[in-house]
Amino acid sequence: MRFALRFALAVGLTAVALPALAQEATFDTKRLPVKDGHFEFEGPFGTYDRGALQRGFQVYKEVCAACHGLNHIAFHNLDEEGGPGFTEAQAKAIAAGYKIPADPNDKGEITDDKGNRLTRPGILADKFPSPYPNEEAARANNSGSLPPDLSMIEKAREGGSDYIYSILTGFHMTPPKGFKVTEGKYYNPYFEGWNISMPPPLVADAVTYSDGTKATIEQEAHDVATFLAWASDPKMEERKRTGFGVLVFLVVLSGVLFAAYRKVWADMH
Amino acid sequence: MSGPSTYTPKSGFEKWIDQRLPLPRLMHDTMQTFPTPRNLNIWYTFGGILTFCLGVQILTGIVLAMHYVANAGLAFDSVEAIMRDVNYGWLIRYIHSNGASMFFLAVYIHMFRGLYYGSYKAPRELIWIIGVLIYLLMMATAFFGYVLPWGQMSFWGATVITNLFSAIPVVGSHIATWLWGDFAVGDATLNRFFSLHYLLPFIIAGVVGLHIWALHVPGNNNPLGIDVKSPQDTVPFHPYYTVKDAFYLCLFVVVFATFVFYAPNFFGNPDNYQQANPLVTPPDIVPEWYLLPFYAMLRSIPNKLMGVIVMGGAIVTLFFLPWLDTSRVRSCRFRPLMKQFFWAFAVACVILGYCGAQSVDATVAGIPLLWVARLATLYYFLFFWILMPIIGLIETPKKLPASIAQSVLGDTAAAAAE
Amino acid sequence: MAAVGAAAAAWPFIDQMNPSAAALALSTVEVDLAPVAAGQQIVVKWRGHPLFIRHRTPAEIDSAKKVDVATLPDPLARNANKPDSASAADEDRVIKPEWLVLIGVCTHLGCTPTGFEGDYGGWLCHCHGSQYDTSGRIRKGPAPENLAVPPYAFLTDTRVKVG
Repeated sequence: MRFALRFALAVGLTAVALPALAQEATFDTKRLPVKDGHFEFEGPFGTYDRGALQRGFQVYKEVCAACHGLNHIAFHNLDEEGGPGFTEAQAKAIAAGYKIPADPNDKGEITDDKGNRLTRPGILADKFPSPYPNEEAARANNSGSLPPDLSMIEKAREGGSDYIYSILTGFHMTPPKGFKVTEGKYYNPYFEGWNISMPPPLVADAVTYSDGTKATIEQEAHDVATFLAWASDPKMEERKRTGFGVLVFLVVLSGVLFAAYRKVWADMH
Repeated sequence: MSGPSTYTPKSGFEKWIDQRLPLPRLMHDTMQTFPTPRNLNIWYTFGGILTFCLGVQILTGIVLAMHYVANAGLAFDSVEAIMRDVNYGWLIRYIHSNGASMFFLAVYIHMFRGLYYGSYKAPRELIWIIGVLIYLLMMATAFFGYVLPWGQMSFWGATVITNLFSAIPVVGSHIATWLWGDFAVGDATLNRFFSLHYLLPFIIAGVVGLHIWALHVPGNNNPLGIDVKSPQDTVPFHPYYTVKDAFYLCLFVVVFATFVFYAPNFFGNPDNYQQANPLVTPPDIVPEWYLLPFYAMLRSIPNKLMGVIVMGGAIVTLFFLPWLDTSRVRSCRFRPLMKQFFWAFAVACVILGYCGAQSVDATVAGIPLLWVARLATLYYFLFFWILMPIIGLIETPKKLPASIAQSVLGDTAAAAAE
Repeated sequence: MAAVGAAAAAWPFIDQMNPSAAALALSTVEVDLAPVAAGQQIVVKWRGHPLFIRHRTPAEIDSAKKVDVATLPDPLARNANKPDSASAADEDRVIKPEWLVLIGVCTHLGCTPTGFEGDYGGWLCHCHGSQYDTSGRIRKGPAPENLAVPPYAFLTDTRVKVG
């Protein structure tokens, strides 16, 4: 259930084709409506599925992280309430697996003899390091395209998690006859313009889930979309829980105030 | 303020204060004994609701300013830090961002209520004019505030709105540069917008004081639009309207809270969760929903200067409203003709808002929305400048009731009460 | 007297809003054009604005030249390298005909137009529908002026300095 205004914006968005296509395409290359990813966290009482979060993190770490950053997430977020539910020891171990650019050493150097950047193992307070040192490096490694940071991707895309799920499962489709996929791009009708720079990231068994879940493309997409939803909105569970209490209180208060209002005005009508 | 004060200091201390600074007397006369028409309906509770909204925005805003960094390189990340790291930061920011929308929702209801019941007519012209001034200040404040998260919509919204000034002949581009403090929207712009965003709410609070002061001279209008004639027509503000306002305020907060907790980004735009990028304009620039009707007017005119003039004229028109309405009767309840044009006007505003949210070349059932917006814009001005003066002269109003009390209680009861 | 004093005292508070010395320091940018093939366009950042540099094809140059200047909404060149009175003829919009250098800011309300779109093969601004031709001249829509040409010079055949 995406809302009316959002829908209106989406309709507006779709009326505009992206630059590269305008000349060749006689197709209306607006993106297809998103598929429903059947997420456990939807609805007013939905919570994140811990298994999906942990599996999704695995997909992010082993597949997405090669190109996509997660700049706003710190390792300590991994063991926080409402998150993937890793223990502190697990989160520490995950952090230690990452190399973080080190502070200058005693001699004031930040590179070793060969000119490589000095690093140290990550700690809980660190944020996920970017896969590239800067935007130019990211573009240079991806034929000019910039892989977006994923920490807010769910909020930053029309359609949210369903959109991410649709993109990830939207490859390997046959383009309509006559539609020419731009060179160096991939066909994905869930992406605005139908040409996406990202190569198909998921294959079946791209990861091996330790909990025995079968790693189909759909399963991986569902899990990583869940993980990214949490990354965008780590306070969702707290928000919904607090909201329930606040609304119950307000409804009771409304009742009391209504009674007072009727009593005060009783002799006035 | 209207009529003699009924305040009697109870203690020696109250007497002492009353002779030096009669603030308790002011509060007593305006909040407690103030004679208020007995027939005010739900639409009259929005004044109190708006005061609540202003308070909420100021309180949450002050707290957010403790964590926000007004720097083009850091602003976006600082807002994310508020959402993720600051204790209850997500709650306070969502209250503030949704609060802006709730504030405008309430102000539009408040304004349409004033329009329907003729609350702008003599002797309440200044209440209306001060109100339009508050509305203008609110729009400025909301615009400055929307820039602060430094997302894509923040940046490009700021670019488009400040560029409106470049439409002014000769000095326009200098004014734009002066507003930016650079040759484009940038760090200098963000800093000054933050300063002004912090300042304006307090100015609004001051002007709201004038609005309420002006209200308490003639007293409230009412759904019948007839004057208060006897004490039978009124009830003291407290407890009658304090309890009624409190009840409806509580319902309003239920709606407010539902958005904050269950659809916090309903009024937002996904593009604003991407950091500002001066080199890439999002495919569709849309202002916040409460500015959409004016945005649609701007876009419907194919000439830059004229577009800006029409948009500005739409707001300036509101200042003249008290003198454009020639009717002797205030309330649309007794104006069968005006009532229809009023609702057509409301529909035109909604249509304009819808058109403003669509892309320039959008069509609905083959009809270009550009032309729909043009017609609605035309009606907007027609309504105020042509229809309103004419209808007031040619319309035969329905018979007005003799008094508020008679209308509420019926003839016999009113007579008995007297 | 007092009015003069008040005005003089107000001026610093008004002028502080104008661009600071740092912002005024004209920055220049040098761009290597060698990798830009005919029919392509690159975008570089200059003074906070996007800069369009398009390598025009002979067909694009032709279509730009064929336009009768008298029919254009804005008859002026808007070219910092030419006198203010220069006409909007294509020759006055460029230094070398194959290279079109423009400030990528729509003259309507400052959005960045998208290249290779619209009815005239130049740019289309999605904000409010202004359309520019292959010389960056306004042809349709609410924008009042042609896209501005910044001051630039060719250092070598394939190297241009802007600013």
